[in-house]
Amino acid sequence: MAAIGLEHYLTVAALLFCLGVYGLLTKRNLVAILMSIELMLNAVNLNMVAFSRFITPDAFVGQLFAVFTITVAAAEVAVGLALIFSIYRDRATTSTEELDWMKW
Amino acid sequence: MDLSLLTTEIVTVALACFVVALDLLMPAGEPRRALGYLTLLGLAGIFVHAFTQYGLNASLYGGMFRVDDYAVFFKQVFLAAYMLTILFSVRTADGFAPYTGEFYGLMLFSLAGMMVMASANDLVTLFVGMELMTITFFVLVGFNLGDGKSSEAGVKYLILGAASTAVLLYGMSLIYGYTGTVVLPEIAARLSASPAALVGIVFFLAGFAFKIAAVPFGMWVPDVYEGAPVPITALLAMASKAASFAVLTRVFLTAFADAPYNWPLIIAWLAAASMIAGNLAAILQTNVKRLLAYSSIAQAGYLLTGLVAAGPDGVKGIIFYTALYVFASAGAFAVVAAVRDETGSDDIAAYRGLARSSPLLAAAMTVALLSMAGIPPLAGFVGKLYLFLAVLEKGWFWLALLGFVMSMVSVYYYLLVVKAMYLGEPAGAPTADGCAALRWAALASLALTVLCGVYPTPLAALASRVAQNFFQ
Repeated sequence: MAAIGLEHYLTVAALLFCLGVYGLLTKRNLVAILMSIELMLNAVNLNMVAFSRFITPDAFVGQLFAVFTITVAAAEVAVGLALIFSIYRDRATTSTEELDWMKW
Repeated sequence: MDLSLLTTEIVTVALACFVVALDLLMPAGEPRRALGYLTLLGLAGIFVHAFTQYGLNASLYGGMFRVDDYAVFFKQVFLAAYMLTILFSVRTADGFAPYTGEFYGLMLFSLAGMMVMASANDLVTLFVGMELMTITFFVLVGFNLGDGKSSEAGVKYLILGAASTAVLLYGMSLIYGYTGTVVLPEIAARLSASPAALVGIVFFLAGFAFKIAAVPFGMWVPDVYEGAPVPITALLAMASKAASFAVLTRVFLTAFADAPYNWPLIIAWLAAASMIAGNLAAILQTNVKRLLAYSSIAQAGYLLTGLVAAGPDGVKGIIFYTALYVFASAGAFAVVAAVRDETGSDDIAAYRGLARSSPLLAAAMTVALLSMAGIPPLAGFVGKLYLFLAVLEKGWFWLALLGFVMSMVSVYYYLLVVKAMYLGEPAGAPTADGCAALRWAALASLALTVLCGVYPTPLAALASRVAQNFFQ
């Protein structure tokens, strides 16, 4: 059996990214959408770390990038949940189907 | 390592912290307008200091952060946009009490993010600066607590913004994986034809097309512009767009310039789609904020033509047009803020008879809108001339023609607003005259727009010097 190489990591990351996009497009709940976006960001992290290990094993650029992505994603989720709180207070809903006060 | 190169960024962040702290220390009943004026003063100081950074062309952190003329010019454009916006937002900010200090503080943090973007010379720095700007804007768009529209706009911007960031990052990861580096000039040296590089570039472009609000990625613009507080709408339209164009131009002209793909063609299609969809959709609008939103999509299209030209002339066009788009938008949004504060409405109907109650504001709005339409002798005409000539010289005849035709179409819906202001009968509602600071912002915008149209030489000369940055 062949050893696990770069392509395996990239395939998993690509699948994870597609899963995130699928959730983003089909989910109706804001929290679930936020979770789908997290999946997409984690796919990026997996990509970064795998490239760092296989393409530039001497430099830690990819790992560094992944650390930045994780930090920024955490900030994004914190702000995101706060905004979902705020809209729940104003409108008592977290469903995207009811976010229709502004159209065209 | 010379940290003095970072003065503009460090002082901006320090000013933000200072404003927030001062807000906490001031007695509860005191008016908070002083915070706005203090912020304005600080930004004016940074603006003047930035002049000393021209001609430095220095790098920091092993080439990750560049202070070249191009970055300095864009920083000054952001500073001008923020100064004008703060002038006309003092009254809107009064309504955010007790969070006025946070409002100014967050605005300054987003400005710091833009400054980092303008100087970023590698993908990590670029990403961090961009997220500092974007995440701060998520908060600011939903800043009108208790207003369902504002929080809806905030959530929509959050979801679409975060998703576009993820797409952009995926593109960056592929570019990094293929070239093994994140520094822009090194990417340029190592990029060659491969599916990974192609997908990376396309994802990167898609992520930034979202930020500059180009069709088809700009569908968030009307809703977010309508729901956000007026000063934030103004900043999204002027400064956020300018920052994203600064990055997009730098990345495409340094990292992807020699990529073995015909990327100008893709950008030309984006530009054409933005010009057509933005201008046609704007005709149907009855809300001035939505009208300006669709117009800003069209403006992104005009600016993209400069990137299609991909030469010194095109970059000069982008730089010049960005600056005067800031001048014109500031005036338009100042009037929107005045009318909004008085009548609570953004409908064109609320602008009826504005010329009688406030001739200055009506004149500022008219000049701003006609400049965006590109009517001579206003500044927008000169800007469009530079952009379309640059693209013509590269043989894109159809794109220049389309830009010209679409500019003519845009005159129609801009004049609808002008007609309401000058020929409409006031509905008897209280007259919108704005506070003194707001009138100063409108006056400054009017003066700059007319001046740059009649006598564009100084700004144009500066723009052509700055545009040489990528072509030495």
